[in-house]
This record gives sequence, structure tokens and C-alpha cells, in this order.
Amino acid sequence: MEALVASVIGILFAAGVYLVLRARTFPVALGLTFLSYGVNLMLFVAGGMVFDRPPIIGTREAYSDPLPQALVLTAIVIGFGMIAFFLALAVGAKGDLGTDHVDGREGSR
Amino acid sequence: MTFADIALPVIVALPFIGAVLPALAARASANRIAWAAAAVPLAILALLAPMLPEVFAGGAPRISLEWLPALGLNFSLRLDGLAMLFALLIPAIGILIILYARYYLSSDEPMGRFFVALLLFMGAMMGIVLSDNLLLLVIFWELTSLTSFLLIGYWSDRTDSREGARMALAVTGTGGLALLGGAVLLGHIAGTYEISEILAMGDLIRASDLYMPALLLILAGAFTKSAQFPFHFWLPAAMAAPTPVSAYLHSATMVKAGLFLVARLHPALAGTDAWFFLVGGFGLVTLVFGAYAAMFKHDLKGLLAYSTISHLGLIMLLLGMNTELAAVAAVFHIINHATFKASLFMAAGIIDHETGSRDMRRLGGLWRYMPHTAVLAIIAAASMAGVPLLNGFLSKEMFFAEALHVKELGAVGWILPLAATAAGVFSVAYSVRFIHDVFFNGEPKALQKTPHEPPRWMKIPVEILVAICLLVGVLPQLIVRPILDVASGAVLGVPAPDYSLAIWHGFNLPLLMSVVALAGGVAVYMSLQKLYRLHAHETGPWTGHRIFHGLHTGLLRSCAAASAWLANGSLQRYVAVLVGVSLLVGFVAFAQQIDPQQQTLLPVTAPAAAGWLVLVIATFVAVRRHRSRFTALIATGAVGLVVSAIFAYFSAPDLALTQLVVETASVILLVLVLRFLPQMSSLETLLRQRVRDIGLAALSGVGAGGIAWWLLTRPHHSISEYFLANSATLGGGTNVVNVILVDFRGFDTLGEVTVLAVAALGVMAMLGAGSAPREGTTPASRSVMLAKSAQILLPAALLTALYIFLRGHNLPGGGFIAGLVAGASGVLLYVANGIAWSEARLRFAYRSLLTGGLGIAFLTGAGSWLFGAPFLTSWHSHPHIPLLGEIPLATAVAFDVGIFLTVVGTIMLVLSTLGRLSPEGDEPWKPS
Repeated sequence: MEALVASVIGILFAAGVYLVLRARTFPVALGLTFLSYGVNLMLFVAGGMVFDRPPIIGTREAYSDPLPQALVLTAIVIGFGMIAFFLALAVGAKGDLGTDHVDGREGSR
Repeated sequence: MTFADIALPVIVALPFIGAVLPALAARASANRIAWAAAAVPLAILALLAPMLPEVFAGGAPRISLEWLPALGLNFSLRLDGLAMLFALLIPAIGILIILYARYYLSSDEPMGRFFVALLLFMGAMMGIVLSDNLLLLVIFWELTSLTSFLLIGYWSDRTDSREGARMALAVTGTGGLALLGGAVLLGHIAGTYEISEILAMGDLIRASDLYMPALLLILAGAFTKSAQFPFHFWLPAAMAAPTPVSAYLHSATMVKAGLFLVARLHPALAGTDAWFFLVGGFGLVTLVFGAYAAMFKHDLKGLLAYSTISHLGLIMLLLGMNTELAAVAAVFHIINHATFKASLFMAAGIIDHETGSRDMRRLGGLWRYMPHTAVLAIIAAASMAGVPLLNGFLSKEMFFAEALHVKELGAVGWILPLAATAAGVFSVAYSVRFIHDVFFNGEPKALQKTPHEPPRWMKIPVEILVAICLLVGVLPQLIVRPILDVASGAVLGVPAPDYSLAIWHGFNLPLLMSVVALAGGVAVYMSLQKLYRLHAHETGPWTGHRIFHGLHTGLLRSCAAASAWLANGSLQRYVAVLVGVSLLVGFVAFAQQIDPQQQTLLPVTAPAAAGWLVLVIATFVAVRRHRSRFTALIATGAVGLVVSAIFAYFSAPDLALTQLVVETASVILLVLVLRFLPQMSSLETLLRQRVRDIGLAALSGVGAGGIAWWLLTRPHHSISEYFLANSATLGGGTNVVNVILVDFRGFDTLGEVTVLAVAALGVMAMLGAGSAPREGTTPASRSVMLAKSAQILLPAALLTALYIFLRGHNLPGGGFIAGLVAGASGVLLYVANGIAWSEARLRFAYRSLLTGGLGIAFLTGAGSWLFGAPFLTSWHSHPHIPLLGEIPLATAVAFDVGIFLTVVGTIMLVLSTLGRLSPEGDEPWKPS
């Protein structure tokens, strides 16, 4: 199971990095989304992988680690804010510059 | 509280505070500005006077105020003999400089600004000499670098002025950094930064392994400040400053700071061979080199600059000799050099002022035009040359005598007296040149002005200084003996040895050396003029100035080349470099951490394997087909759902819910955005670049996966025991995640929702929420089914949100998730019915929703102040209400309401802002 989860995190990172390196804004936004998935998952599993023990007091004998969960919860929401901001930038740039190239001009390398 | 407790801090603070006086008086007459400036050094001297008897009696008044005690930085000041010598010299010569500058600066120059910088500089110098804390000393040291930059660059419209100021700052500032390093090392060895304590630990310090690095760094600071070869070149460049500045900086203050430092730390650092060879060696080379170079300078101030370098080398050499009498001679020469060099600079300034030139090839025969100035300059120059009956002679004799007694050099001990005599010959030669080439040697050539005597008052400071030269020269025992005793006692750390201050010591070797120097100097000068045609001499190509200049431009060019290579305007490249460097750092750091796993692994379950497969396929599709954007978007959404399932699978229901709703909102957002962007990307990156990116991506994946593997296969230590144990009792809720968010770590959450709100407002600011919806924003084919079901769903969704919110403190849910659900259901309405329809019905101002939410969260936090508790302290209870029974109630709920409103406001604001835009020129997007 550990290998499964570690490989998922690795794959999400690899996909995120590759997409972030693309030349157009939209794939970069997708890449950021993938990186968020990867980072959130990594933070989350830093608290260990536990089945069927949600941290609700009084329901179980033992509980999963609530701290990474609290951290990741806000990280997910902030990730949404970041993507929204990035997309607004992308749309604004397309409107003002007439291109969705990350450099703000066509064909630049 | 004694007088010194108040007087010492006031003395240091006075120039900084008093610097406003000339600024305020800037529009007044020149005399008033000068008086305003002179008031400060006069007050300093008045404050010093009552403390002098104590210091002369061997005492050292001290005061220490805590500043940053954790760093060992205290505002400690101490007035011992050495500090007193400088504390008297600095304001005393300062007063003379102010008087002189009053007549030197012309009426159209901003005199107020000049005196402000001068007083600031004076304050920094007073700080250096009075500091009894090493770090405090370094602070004032850097202040002298900064303020001298202002002084040297006073004529800011002149290129040479600016360049000289920059060079001085670069060299002395860099030295200051080295000094800071040395000071920290020294403080580390001694365990304290208090100088008086450090000075008592000489043996411990000299035996330390860190002695050598500390010594090197401290000397780097001292050598740059005191213009020791090879750092000397900034000093001649600083001659572009107005002459009063040169007279002040290069006689008694700036350049003496380095000598002061070496003298100050003498008891702690001196006595070793390293000290002898470093301090003495650099001093010796500087002494001979400066004296030799000075002979060939045609500029009056250039000659004096190199002479200053040479004399600084002489004093440095004396301090490095490791004998008690040499230290006395060093202190004595500090005094003498300050007096004759200040008067010589002033004389040079008068000549420049009244003839319009400082070039000795054009000057000459001024004896007839300005005899009064000539007499003063000749006496001062004679003192510089070491002519008997003047103060320069006495200290030079002591130097010669000490040069004969050095033991460290062994068989080559003769080299020192020889070099000393040679330097003496050169210094006589340039002194003779100063006199002969300016006041005699024919007639002035092609001067702009007819030379004449300066205003009466301009000569007063020179006269005072020359009088001191004479008085000390004739009556040394009476005039300087007392202060010399206490100052050199402070340098040595023990009472000064017995020494004889007299003009005549009988026929001995030092006297012979003096005679050789005097006669040889005259002969060297005559032969230079006659045989070498001195006036035709040109400076060679290898000057320190030009080397520095070359290095400076070379550095700037290579920086420009490096940034042109790195910052070529391609963001893709920046990201690639960023990722590459992070990978490098990460792999290097983690390569040392790899050790075998320590835990038994969990078995793979069927649902997990299935989820893994879905995620891998969806990710592959998203990456492989990313140019077909809608496909990639759908695949990304699928990945998000699997991530949500992973959270649920590993006991994190709150995360699963959050991820689910955020995923929905994100996908809607991305679809909205796709209306404004091309639907397809063309293949435009080169194959080479794609291979690079695939490599970087693969390495990132391996790195992140590796770290995750490492994390997962090691025992897991949590700090969450506290939260689990106290959530119900202290936080009043059983959902620990929610209690952490709204209570234990409430401050974090507050910051996070603020960030969220800022992001939403940023989106609004960028895309302009104020504009009215335009035509074409209604979906082209409005689905009646969707619209109707959305209207029915909305109340249900809002009820769900309310339910999720209310149970959140005890069961999965809470403000974040409820806000996301409510926001998403609002968006559904927009999607189904179009912007115009929804705007007409949902008359919420989302901005107010968002700011109101933040306000509630902040007020809840601040509310605990009313009960005398820290920000965001929560309170909870279980009041019994008729009919309803016992209700759990916590103030954290109000905080959660704030979060809820902020999240709803954020989502609605972002989505409605993006939805309201209409793609210009393009047709609204239709799925094909």
C-alpha cells in the first residue's frame, strides 16, 4: 500500500511539473492543480495511513492524526483561491495581450 | 547615578541630534550655520571636561544600557585613556574644520547639508572610540563608512567625487563586513562582546583555535579603513572631496579609526608572531610604498594623500612591533600626524582656493603672494618631514629607536631600520617638494586667479594647529606627557613604561638615521628635479585605482551577462531553472538520509488498486492530451475525485468533503475560463525542450515519490495527542479537525481565510466586477430541465449547507465545507439560468458577504479581549433551553460563521466575476 500511495504522489508531481512547464496558461493552471493534489496528499499521509478511524471523539478507540488533516483542509481551499487568481490573470492577459502564451507574446522562447 | 552615566550617552547622541541644527539654519547666514554646527563639538568638549581628571588618574567611567541582550549587544560606553585621546581630538579638530569650512565653501553651495553630514560623521566617530561593546563599535564603524560617503560625495555633480565616494564606501564597507565577522568570532572566543572584558582575556584569546581567523577578519577591517596597502587606493580617490572633508577624514578621524581599532584590541590580540608579521608587515610595506609614491604626485592633495597612507603605515608598524615603547610611539604619532596633516590639508585647500589650482607643475613662487600661509605650511611640512623642534621629529625619533630593537626578525633584523630610514628619506623628499614646488621654484604658470592671502579667519585653524606642532615639539614633557601616558597605558593594558620625551638624547643611532633622512631627502628631491625631470612624470598603468575600476566594471559586466543568460524573458525557462535547482538541492540533501525501511508494510487492497489504476490513467490522459483542453480538464476532474476518495479511504471525511466540493467549483471555474482561451494548444515547444521537461518532471516525480515513501515507511510520531485529548473538554467539540481549525489553530485559519478573501478581491480587481453583464452571456441553449431543477435544488442545497455547518463542530463538516457547498449551489443557479437571470434574483453583494465574514471572524477573536483573554480564546458551555434541551454552544461557532461567509463570498465573487465577462469577438463556446 505504501508503494501505491508513494507512486501516486510521484505521478501527480511529475504530471504537475510537466504541465507547469508548458507554454500556454491553461495547461499551467492544470499543472498547478496537479501539484496541489500531490502536495496535499503528501502532507496528509505524513500523518500516517489509517483505515476507518476518523478523528471524531467518542466514535472509536483510536483516531487518525487530525493535525495534517486540518492543515490540508485549509490548503485545499487556499489552492482553489490560488487557481482562481491564476485563471483571472490568464484571462486578463489574454484580453489585454491577445495571447495565452505565458510570456505574454507569441512564439517567444 | 554619576555624571558619566548621563554624559557619555549624551556625548554620543549629541552629534546625531545636533545634526538637525545646521539643517534648520540652512537658510540663515553662513556664520550662523557654522555656529549652529560648532555648538555640537563645543558641547561635547564641555561634557568631557568634568570626566577628564578621573581618566587622567587612571579611571575609566563606564555605562552599559541593554539593547539586544540576547545577542550580546549592549549600549556600553567607556572612557579610558585611549578613548579620551580620540574623544578630545575628534571634536577639537572638528571645531577647527567647521571654522575653516565656513570660509572654504562658497556661498552658493549648500553649507547646511555639509555640516549635517559632518556632524553625523562626528557622531559615528565618537561612537567608535567610546564603544565598550564590540558589536556596537561595528555599528558605528559602518556608520562612519556611510556618512563619509556623503561627505566625500558632497560635490555630487562631479564624476570624480561620486566615484571617490563609491570607492571609499565599497572598500571600507567591505572591510566593515569582515570586521563584523571578526567581532563575532572574538565575542565567541571570549563569551562576551564587552570590550573591557575581552581585553582582560588576552591569553585565552591568543590560545584559541579561532584566534587566527578572528585576527585576519579584524585586521581586514582595520587595514581597509586605514588605507593600508593594497587597500590604499580609495584614499587618493577620496581627495575629490572638499578639502575640509579631506582634512578631517584623513588627519584625525576616518583613517585613524583603523589604527584606533588595532590599538583598542592590542591587549587582547597583540604579542603573537602572527600579529607582528601581519600588522607590522602591512604597516612596513604601506610606510615605504606611500612615501615613495607621494614624491611623484603632482597634485598637492595627492601628495598629502600618499603621505597620509605612509604615516598610517608607520603607526600600524609601530603597533605591530609588540614592544611597549613602540605602542607609546604609535599613540604619540597619532597625535602628531593629526595636527600637522590637518594643517597641511587646510593649507593645500587655501592654496587651491586662492590660486585656482593644486597642480604643483603650475604653482610656484607663492612665497611672494601669500607669505603668511607659506610660513604656516612650511612649519607643518617640516614637522611632517621630522625636522627637530617640531612634534613630527619626536615621534619619528622614537620610531627609529624602536626599529633598531626588533627581535622577531633575527638575522634579517637590519631590514627594518633600513626600510625606516628609506621611508624617512622619501618623506623628507616629498615634504621638500611640497615647500619648494609651491612657494619657491620660479613663478606661477597660467593660473586663473592672481594668488593672494585668504580671509583672516580661514588661517586661524591652521595657526592653532601649527602652534600645537611647535609647542609639542619644544615642550613635549609638559604638553603631551600626561595624555600620552594614559592613552598608551590603555593600548598596552598595563601602565605605560618609563620613557623619555626630550628633543636631545645625545649622539646615537636614531639621531644618525634622522640626519641621513634629512640630508638624503633633500638630495633625492634635488636629483629628481634635475636628473629625472619630475614634472614630466606620468603615472604608470598599474594603479590600485585602475585595478579596482577594472574589477568593478568586470563584475558589473559579468552580472549583466549572467542575468541576460538567466533572465531571457521566457517564463518557461525560469520555471525550468527553478525546478532544476530545487531538484538538485533536494537530491543532495536527501541523498544522505537514505536508510532501510523500519516498518512492516500495509497490504494492498482491491479498492486501493482500482483507485490507483483510475488515477494513473486519468493523469496520463490529462498530460498526454493536454493540448486538447476540454479533455484534459475532464481528466483532471477525475483525478481530483480519486484524491477525494483517497482522503475518505484513509479516515479523513472532512478532507474528502472539502476536496469534492472544491473540485466541483474548480471544474466550473476552468470551464468558464475556457470560453476566453483557445480550445486547443498547438504543438510549439521543440522536441529538445520537451525532452528536458520530461526529464525534470520524471525527476520531480521520483523525488516526491521517494520522500513520500520515506515518510510512509518510518515510524510516525505525532504531536496530536494534545488535540485529541482536549478537543472535547477545551474546545467543546468532538470533530477534532474542526476544533483545530476554529479553536486551537484559529489564528492560522483567520490568516488563511484572509488570503482567500484577498485572492477573490484580486480576481475582482483584475477582471472588473463592476461592469454590467453584456449580451451573449446567456447560454445559447438554455436547458429548461436544468434551470427548473436548479431552482428546486437550491433551497435543498442551502439546507444541506446549514446542516453541514451546524454539525461541523462534532461531526465531519464545518464552515469551510458548508461555505463551499453553498457557493457551489449558487453557481449551479448561474450555470442553469445565465448571469443576467441570476443577477436579477440573487441581489447579494458578494464583496460585502466576504468582508462581513472576515469582520465577524476578527470580531469573534477580538471579543475575547473583553473578557481579559488573549485574541481568539474560545468559550463554550451547554446551556439548557426549554423545549430544546441541552444545546452545545461555543464562541468558535461564531468564528465558523465568519469562515462560512468568507468562503461563500469568495466562491460567488470569483465565479460571478468570471461568468459575467463575455468573450470579445468570439462565439460563446459550445461543446462539440
